Amino acid sequence: MMRISALLLGLLFGFGLLLSGMANPAKVQGFLDWFGDWDATLAFVMGGAVALTLPLFQWAAKRSRPLLAGRWYAPAAQGIDRRLIWGSALFGIGWGLAGICPGPALVLLGLGRLDALVFLVAMVAGMGGWQYWQHRVN
Amino acid sequence: MMQLDWWLGLAGGLLIGTAASLLWLLYGRILGVSGVVAGLWQQTGGELAWRVWFVAGVLLSGLIYRLSFGLPEISLPYPWWWLALAGFLVGVGTRMGSGCTSGHGVCGLGRLSVRSVWAVLVFIGSGVLTVALLRHVLGVM
Repeated sequence: MMRISALLLGLLFGFGLLLSGMANPAKVQGFLDWFGDWDATLAFVMGGAVALTLPLFQWAAKRSRPLLAGRWYAPAAQGIDRRLIWGSALFGIGWGLAGICPGPALVLLGLGRLDALVFLVAMVAGMGGWQYWQHRVN
Repeated sequence: MMQLDWWLGLAGGLLIGTAASLLWLLYGRILGVSGVVAGLWQQTGGELAWRVWFVAGVLLSGLIYRLSFGLPEISLPYPWWWLALAGFLVGVGTRMGSGCTSGHGVCGLGRLSVRSVWAVLVFIGSGVLTVALLRHVLGVM
């Protein structure tokens, strides 16, 4: 049941990225281009998405558990630390460089864009590299 | 034309928000693509299965779109090493900062997580600075 739901929600999410222009790297870079020809479209994407998550997540917060699961799987991390700030900064640099973030990278690969595969392989290498380094440090 | 884009952005955003809200309300899982992808080799059992099926759904959305409407006009005028560098930074950054546009942006802001508000401000800020530097200062993009 959850698997089929996850498949359908992945489809819905992917169509949202495609329809909104979020899966179009030029459009993403246009949104980040505040000092040039700014394209505000992506502000509407995030606005539209948060217009739903904000009230629905607040409603969910009143419930002791999700409708179809035993507990909430909320992120455990707390507080504003250097990891959060530097990690987000690095992510933003990579996002600006190519106009691609993880969801759109998957959508682009699904479209048959093999250049997205280069991005995805490097992304997974970066994720693995960070975790390997963390593992060695700790 | 711009206004049409706004409506498309809003409509697409509503689909994205619907998917994220349903995953949270029904199953209590955060729809964060970087976390889902990283979970593909970290998790086992049920936590692995839904991630695999979710990723399959996102990939399939691209395939279905292409089969229905053809390949959309998408320009990625970068050499492979540029895309690889961008991907690597996104990979390190999203693990280090525990999320990307979906996890922090769509779900984190919805949960009113202060961490996510900071993450969003920082990654939009560094993205804006990156584009400004490469496009308007160095003129390479």
